[in-house]
This record gives sequence, structure tokens and C-alpha cells, in this order.
Amino acid sequence: MTEPLLDVRNLDLVLSRRGGNVPILQDISFQIMPGETYGLVGESGSGKSVTSLAIMGLLKKPLKVSGGQVVFQGQDLLKLRPRRMRDLRGDRVAMIFQEPMTALNPLSTVGRQIAEMYVLHQGKSWREARRLAIDALDSVKVPNPERRVGNYPHQMSGGLRQRVVIAMALACDPDLLIADEPTTALDVTVQAEVLRLIKELCAARGTAVLFISHDLGVIASICQRVGVMYAGCLVEENDTVALFSNPRHAYTRGLMGALPRLGSRLTHGRQRLVDIDSVIADRSVLTKTRFITPRGAANGESA
Amino acid sequence: MKLGFNILLGGGLTALVIVGGLLAPWLAPFDPVLDANLMNAELPPDSTFWFGTDSQGRDVYSRILYGAQISLTVGIVSQIINTLIGVALGISAGYWGGWWDDLVNGLTNVMLAIPSLIFALAVMAVLGPGLISLLIALGLTNWSWTCRIARSSTLSLKSQGYVQAAQTLGYGDIRIMMTQILPNIMGPILVMATLGMGAAVLAEAALSFLGLGIQPPYPSWGSMLTDARELIRLAPWAAIFPGLAIFLSVLGFNLLGDGLRDSLDPHMRTRKA
Amino acid sequence: MLQFTIRRILQVIPTILVVALLIFVIFSVVPGSFAASLFSDGRTTANPEMIAQLNRELGLDLPLPQRFLNYVMDLAHLDLGTSFRTRQPVLQLINDRMWASLQLAVAAMIFAVVIGVPLGFTAAMRPGSILDSVTMIGAVSGLSMPQFWLGLLLMYLFALQLGWLPSFGYGDGSLRNLILPAITLGVTPLALLARTTRAGVLDVMNADFIRTAHAKGMSESKVVRWHVARNALVLVVTTVGLQFGSMIGQAVVIEKLFAWPGIGSLLVDSVAIRDIPVVQGTILVIVLWFLLINTAVDLIYAAIDPRIKQR
Repeated sequence: MTEPLLDVRNLDLVLSRRGGNVPILQDISFQIMPGETYGLVGESGSGKSVTSLAIMGLLKKPLKVSGGQVVFQGQDLLKLRPRRMRDLRGDRVAMIFQEPMTALNPLSTVGRQIAEMYVLHQGKSWREARRLAIDALDSVKVPNPERRVGNYPHQMSGGLRQRVVIAMALACDPDLLIADEPTTALDVTVQAEVLRLIKELCAARGTAVLFISHDLGVIASICQRVGVMYAGCLVEENDTVALFSNPRHAYTRGLMGALPRLGSRLTHGRQRLVDIDSVIADRSVLTKTRFITPRGAANGESA
Repeated sequence: MKLGFNILLGGGLTALVIVGGLLAPWLAPFDPVLDANLMNAELPPDSTFWFGTDSQGRDVYSRILYGAQISLTVGIVSQIINTLIGVALGISAGYWGGWWDDLVNGLTNVMLAIPSLIFALAVMAVLGPGLISLLIALGLTNWSWTCRIARSSTLSLKSQGYVQAAQTLGYGDIRIMMTQILPNIMGPILVMATLGMGAAVLAEAALSFLGLGIQPPYPSWGSMLTDARELIRLAPWAAIFPGLAIFLSVLGFNLLGDGLRDSLDPHMRTRKA
Repeated sequence: MLQFTIRRILQVIPTILVVALLIFVIFSVVPGSFAASLFSDGRTTANPEMIAQLNRELGLDLPLPQRFLNYVMDLAHLDLGTSFRTRQPVLQLINDRMWASLQLAVAAMIFAVVIGVPLGFTAAMRPGSILDSVTMIGAVSGLSMPQFWLGLLLMYLFALQLGWLPSFGYGDGSLRNLILPAITLGVTPLALLARTTRAGVLDVMNADFIRTAHAKGMSESKVVRWHVARNALVLVVTTVGLQFGSMIGQAVVIEKLFAWPGIGSLLVDSVAIRDIPVVQGTILVIVLWFLLINTAVDLIYAAIDPRIKQR
């Protein structure tokens, strides 16, 4: 079996306060193979985004990792010197954030912001980097890249801006792309386009993706394997098809019950749209049960 | 918590000024105007004259206590006038819109283009020196920011459900403004008024210092500094203490205003990660 | 950009006209005419004929709208009238004094920017540190300080006690004379700049695009240079512009304190003797300066922030 690209082992994360630590993530473990697209799903506050920030080493002050390892290409990122981590960030592991509106500096052209990547990681000159930025814009299918390269973020639509962010993230051909709700802030039609773009580009370059979303539909359409997070724990993990055909954890079933289905009446009988709380009586039990299905052993033959 | 500290210290200093001013007749050992005695002129601080005496032998400590009355009166009355003007114009402009809004907006912009001390100076030039002139001058100069805030808050409140509900119920415009809008913008208005008091105390001191405000022999902190300026080499205490009084009372108003703003502004509250 | 510039400059004109009207109206309601106050010295009342004569000379016998029209027409010809007292053209009086004022204001602003901005910046880099707390306490103190009192104390210490600097006056216009008044006048804008710079930088540091910058693998110093500094600059520029206005107001007091021969002291002296044309003219020029500076600030702002031009 090949080595995993990213191996998160028993990650614990706390919010440290004077009175004591509040646990945020407990015992998170998952692996991402090279070129694989792995989905993390869960409601807001379940710890998906914090997990990604922990991998990137971008946690802000009261939050800190209190245990576990994040092994990327054989080295533990948590033990890496800040300088080395910085070189890795953006170059080998890149990230796309949720809000394309605010993720770009409003006072800087998009071309310059993409070009920064080449200057930072490949030692290119600004002039050269600008040319590469035009190519990068072209690769994410921004029309008129020569003109768009001098645009400011406010001159672009949300969809275009997110393309810029993607171009920026993929500029240095990273091995792992972390996409934190990359389509949530976009219109539904644009959402599909951007999703397809990420899928295509990463497939073509063999980039592994950690895809974070609260949207099961999006996860299903792009990921090979899915982890379900609840209250700071990874409560279920399985291949996408298996997970959707046979959700085993009560919370996962709850999540799916909250999905509106085409043609179902919302108020009648068994097909009622349910909220999660009505399915789950006692939330504290939830984090204690886990259904982790190993790779290849689909359809839940072992637990 | 830091915000508590601001309110506490600011409130304490403000309370000190209020108590000093109100109880001046009982706290002051001497009369601020009548107890002039050239035999006692320019005495350094001692057990009789705590803050020393000025060029005419008057007790600086007593004069500062009485001066607090003037500063407080000017600060409070001018801010009441400012707030009334600003709130009335701001709410009505925001609520009614149209030509009235344009007019108020234009007026506000013009007022903001004239430095406030210059405007106060112009009004003082017309009205002549004295307490009443000061109250009018400072009451007319500082309403523009209050007006802006009242206007923009009203604009955002106008589209809120409960205001529209009140309109549907057939409430009159004035009643809606008074009962639905005013109570909801009191927070920022209060902050502006508190900070404005500090500004008014400073402006009063400056105008009196220039000889255009409170006239001698009445003990305004500003005019005390005019006197003290002439003899600063001989009696620096006559300059230090009135200035300190201005500084501490303005500091009090500013800290109080900052503290109130911090506790009202949702932006300052810790955001959830 | 050119169109934007022209539009902004043209916007000054209506404002200055309204200000002119406002000032005119205020001074038309002066109780007791200037002529009367000129001829009466408190003991004797003036001869009514002499008052009428002077009023005619000064054009004060015409109806108000007519007077305002004349006033505006004169303004259009850059004629601000003649001083009641000295009979000199107001424009000339102002011109003689304006440059000293400008010198003082610019020096004070440079002092404020050079110290206030770096102070606010460093404080924001280490929020909660001792430097940060000291800066913030200093800032609120600076904002609460009566400037003329500070000036008085500085004068006492550096001029009278230590004898390092001249205590007042313009002297031969050398830097030595400028130092004390400029520092005194600069303290309030300094405090405000330190405060707004800190708030602005902290705001930018919490912005999402700074997280993006970190995620790109940028070092802290590059993040600051490439992304924080420029964005925080917008706020600094705005503050500088706004502060110029209130500084011109404060300069009136400081000029008087240090016997600085600027338009501020001209204004105060004219107010004291009710020399209305000079008062009107001085205020108008001060407002014009303020508006021009604000326009310049808007233009700089537009050059820094590409979003502005679209509005």
C-alpha cells in the first residue's frame, strides 16, 4: 500500500484559557492518499475549519494543539520549525477559504496577489511572476486574463474572485489542497462551475484535496472518501458511496434526514424534513460512538 | 476587564468634578472672588493655601472648586443643546428623507467644514463674552456628528420590522420617532454626548483663556490660566493646578465615553472562532 | 482619475459659498453696529451723524441681500473687504500672516505623523503588551490635554527654566522658534493618530486576506509590508486630513499663547475689537484651507484605494 500523503494521528486541540483548557477537537485521525479527494462534513462549529487551520499551522492564539501528529510527506508538521513550515505553506499545502469577497486584499490587483506566490516560493522576478499569473488565470478559465490581471477584487464577481483564489492556491502545484467551504458563499449555478473546476484541475495535476463542507450534496459529488465530524470528533468515516447508502452513525443519519429531497412533501408523513435534534435525543452520547470503516472495506463489514 | 476600568476611572474623575463643583461653597476655604489680598499674592502651596495663591492673593484651590461649576455647566448645558439639535435633525432627516434630508445633510457638511473652535469663536464675536454666550456658542457647534449618527441609525432602523409594524398600526411620525427610534439610538448618542462634554470643557477653557469666554474675576479654569501665564516664572503653581483640573475632568469624560462605547459596540465583543 | 479630481475640486465651491453666507448672516445680526462701538468708549455715546457717515462709508446702510450680493461679487474678485480698524485690504492682512500659520500647522502635523503613526503601528503589532498599554494611556491623555496648558508648561520648562529655546515669537523664522509651538499643537493629532493607526492596523490584521497571506507562506514581515501597511495607510491619511481642520482651530489658541504671527492670532485680535471684515475673511480662508486639504486627502485616498473612484 502506498504511503498516505497526509496522516493526521490522534489530533487533540484545545482553547486555552486561564481557568483551564476547553477541548475543541478530540482524537481526530484520518489519512489522505496522494491524489485522493477527502471530504470532511459536519455542521458549523463541529471543528472542520479548525482541523484545516491546525494542518496549515495557522491557529490563532487561544487555540492550540495539545496532542497528536500531523504527518505530511513523512514529516510531522507540528514539530516543524516555523520557517520550514512557512516554505511548505502555499508551496506544498495550499488553501482556499470560504469567502472570496474578503479573502483577497481589496487594495491590491488580483494579478499581484497571484504573482506573490511565484515570488515567494519560486524566487521569480515580479515581471516574470506577472506573466505566470496571467497563465494561472487562464488555467482557471478566467476570460481575458491579460486584462483581468490588472483588476482589483471589487471589479470581479464572486465566482471570478473564487477562481482567482483557486489560481493562487494552485500556483505552485501543491501536493495537497485544503478547500474550506469554497463554494458556500457563491450562487448555486456558479457553485457547480467552481466545483467542477476544482475537480478537473486537481485530477489533472494529481493534487490531493481535503474538501470541507457542511453540504452533503457537494461532498458526494466530489469526494472519494468522507469523514463526518460532530462536536470536535470524527464520528464516522467511510467511502462516499458506502456512507451515503448506509449511514451508520445516528448523527450522519440525522444530517441526511435534514436534506430536502426533490419531490418530497415537506410536512407530511415519513418524508418530513427533520431537524437533527428531533432525531437525536441526547447529544452527549453521540461523540462516544464511532463508525470508522477502513479503506476498501466498504459497505460496513467491520466497525 | 479593561472596559470596566475605563468606565470606573472615567466615572470616578467625573464624579470628583461634580462633587467638587456642587459642594464648592462648603469645601472651599475661601471666597473665589472676594478674598483677594495682595499681601498674600503669589504664595506657594502651604497648609492654608493648598494650591498656593494667584497674583491677587486669591486661593487657587477655592477658585478651582468654583471653576468646576462653570466647566460643568458649560459641558452639560452645551451638550444638551447639541444633542437636542443633532438628534432632532438627524432622526427627522433619516425618517422623512427627501428635501429635508438633503437640507440637513448639506447643513451638516457645512458645519463639519468649519473647525468647531473657529465657529465658536465667530459666535462669541457676535454675542460678546459671558457664560450665556458660551453656552450658545458651544451648544451650536458640535451637533454635526451626533446628527450624522442619529441619521444613519434611523435609516437602518426604518426598515426594521417593528418600525414598519408601528407604521401599519397608524402611529404618527412623531410618535414613531419618539417611541420606536429614539430609544434604540440612545446608546451611541449618549457616547457622543459624553465625549462632547470633554470637548466642550476644553473649548470653554480655550475661549476663556483667549479672554473671549468667562470674564475675570470669575474663576473659569481657562481664564485662571490667562492670569497665571503672566507670572508663570514666579508662581508656576497658579498655572499647574487649573490646567490639571481641566486635564483630569476632560480625561474623565473621555474615559467614560470610551468605556461606554466599548461596552455598547458589538464590534468590540470577542468574536466566536 | 482626472474627472474625479475635477469633480472633487468643484464640490468645494458650493460649500464655501454656503459657509460665506452662514458667516455673513451670523455677523449681520451683531447687536449694536460696529460704527457705534468704534465711537463709544464707554463714557460718551457716539454722535449719530458720525455713525451714519461711517455706516455709509462702509456700505452698512444698504439692505442685507444687497450687501450679501456685493460681498459675494467682491469675493469673486478675491476682494475680502477692508479692515474697519486699519483700513488695509483684508486679503493683504491675511496674506501677511497666513504663511506663518501654515508653517506651524505643517510642522505640527509632521511631528504628529512621524511619532504617532509608528507608535500606533508598533502598539498594534503587540496588542496587550506594555508598550501597547502605555501608548493607549498616553493617547487618551494627549486627547484630554488642554493644549495651551501643555504649551505653557513646555514654555516654562524649556524656555524659562532651561533656557534652551525662545519662549515666544516668530523671531527670524528659524526652527528654534518653531519647535515649542509645533510640539504643543502636534500633541492632539499625535495622540489621535497613534490611536487610529493602532485601531486600523488591528482591524487589518484580523481581516481574512491577512489569513490568506499567511496561508500563502508569507513571513510576518512580508505580510506587514505587502498587505497591512498599505491598507492601514488609508485610515491614517483620512485622520491626518480631518485633524488638519481641528488643528487650524486649535492653532488660534497656540498662536496667541506663543505670540506667533499667524492668522489665528489675527482672528482672535479682530474678534476682540469686532473688526468684522477681518473676522469674516479669516474664517473664510481657514475654511477654504480646510476644504482644500480634505479634497487633497480624498484624492490621495482615491489613489490608494481603487474602490473609491467608482462611487
